[in-house]
Amino acid sequence: MVVIALGVPQVVDQFGLLQLTIFAAMCILALSLGFVWGYGGILCFGQSAFFGLGAYAYAVTAVDLGESTAAAILAVLVPAVFAALLGYFMFYGRLSDVYLGVITLSVTLIFFNLMNSTAGDAYRVGKARLNGFNGMPSLPTLNVPGDPARLLDPTETFYLVMAFLVIVYVGLHVLLASHFGRVVVAIRENEARCELLGYDVRLHKLLVFTIGGGIAGLAGCLFANWGAFVSPNVFSLTMTSQIIIWVIVGGLGTLVGPIIGCLIMQYLATTLGTQQLANTNLIFGIIFLAFVLLVPRGIVPSLRALGARAPGPSRVHDPA
Amino acid sequence: MDLAAVLTFEILNGVATLVLISVGLAIIFGMMRVINLAHGEFLMLGGYAAIVATNHGVNIWVAMVVVAPLVVGVVGVIAERLIIRVLYGRMIDTLLATWGLSLFFIGIVTTIFGNTVAGIGAPLGSLGVGRYSISLYRLVLIGIAAAILAVIFVALRQTRLGLIARGTMENPNMAAALGVSPPRVYATTFGVGAALTGLAGGLLAPISGVLPTVGAAYVAKAFITVISGGTAILAGTAAASSLFGSVNQLLTYFTTPVIGEAGLLAAAILLLRVLPHGITGKLFKGSL
Repeated sequence: MVVIALGVPQVVDQFGLLQLTIFAAMCILALSLGFVWGYGGILCFGQSAFFGLGAYAYAVTAVDLGESTAAAILAVLVPAVFAALLGYFMFYGRLSDVYLGVITLSVTLIFFNLMNSTAGDAYRVGKARLNGFNGMPSLPTLNVPGDPARLLDPTETFYLVMAFLVIVYVGLHVLLASHFGRVVVAIRENEARCELLGYDVRLHKLLVFTIGGGIAGLAGCLFANWGAFVSPNVFSLTMTSQIIIWVIVGGLGTLVGPIIGCLIMQYLATTLGTQQLANTNLIFGIIFLAFVLLVPRGIVPSLRALGARAPGPSRVHDPA
Repeated sequence: MDLAAVLTFEILNGVATLVLISVGLAIIFGMMRVINLAHGEFLMLGGYAAIVATNHGVNIWVAMVVVAPLVVGVVGVIAERLIIRVLYGRMIDTLLATWGLSLFFIGIVTTIFGNTVAGIGAPLGSLGVGRYSISLYRLVLIGIAAAILAVIFVALRQTRLGLIARGTMENPNMAAALGVSPPRVYATTFGVGAALTGLAGGLLAPISGVLPTVGAAYVAKAFITVISGGTAILAGTAAASSLFGSVNQLLTYFTTPVIGEAGLLAAAILLLRVLPHGITGKLFKGSL
């Protein structure tokens, strides 16, 4: 991955580079759900809520301060804190899987409505106008920490985003190999048994959820920085379902799966967006259905199972 | 005094709307334990069915009360036979598959009708209350919502069909041993739930208008209502609708509709923190 990252800017043009930058940012988002759902077993349909919160936190702070370092840090912190708060109510209320999905989904939709209704001069944070459904245009892009005048050019931004992708990917692997990570996977496999062994299931889930929220926020920050623009669409149902599809297509319970799923579907979405023949939602709906019914484990685990000629890790199921 | 009357009307209206959008889900999710994330799209399809029928010269009441439930009921049975049947007992897969279904419906409706708001005028005109005037149609809607709840209660409690449906959901193997075909009962129950959803979609079309993506506005509220209601589907849905409808309308009146919606969600999260099994997990136990 590192070799590709370093070599790419030499071979592709500016447009291709920008395209790859956003793909990489989305891969980080896919990883966040791949971690929370695939390893934590937490059915979170509100990953785009944290993504959007990160994007807006970055946008508001960057406009207010005219400097991006604090903005980027807040873009990770705000969603993480929000995830911790929401997670406290959900996990300490001992809500089951399916309820989690519905609650997180509702939270996302409420954010979507809230942000859409912030049009007008009354809705501003410091100098930053939220602008409702029109979104916030011409945001300051990332600069070298401490030097607001020195903005990153597209190639540097690409390197930065790729670096974050690698850090998140490796970081999650390290985390999962640690004691904490093992307990998290054990909880996914059998919650009651872990509890009886003396592990605090609620706390572990809360931490996983919070970390996932922070990573999604980072992706949101990079997304807002990429287009220098953020609109309530980051909270939309389309956004949320895209993240789920990436993980489903790529495969649950792996980290490389969500990345591959994200790349395939992003490429497909970009291609579909340029033609008028069929509606993107229609195609995505069919792919979604086809994968759930025919390839329920997703691409990567299925291929692995094929390669090993042995059953791969099974999908997380609700015991109900 | 007039204000109090109008405010009461608004609250009852909010409650009735919640009852309408969640009653079909109460059957499909509350009774059958099928997570139907395409619920919002069923409402949307009901709305379009009513609008298209009305525009083709069908009487608006017939379009809303007959055409919309019929169309969505048939769509529901087809979806059950083709997709959901395969996934019974696999809750999360059902949830994902119906999410795919919902995107599919959004896509297909956008392709046919375009991404624009369609609507029909509400029948019946308005009624003066002192200095205010309220829509007579909305008033009728409150009655309809109450009537639907009553009909479902009687159907489940007093009829043979209701008994069979409840028995099959309770213990499909025992029902099969007694000569009932569970797959047929599942398909019928799902169809009835879908038809009720279509009816709601048709009835709400004159008020809110329809858009291919309108389902997103409904699905979260419907699920929150049914989940917060708890195990007794009718009493639970009615109780949760009353609570959330009041919270929503009061906040909407004193602040903005968006704060009203956020308040509804906050109330639900707080409620589930205190009563994880919903309202009827603690109160009205054993009712229907």
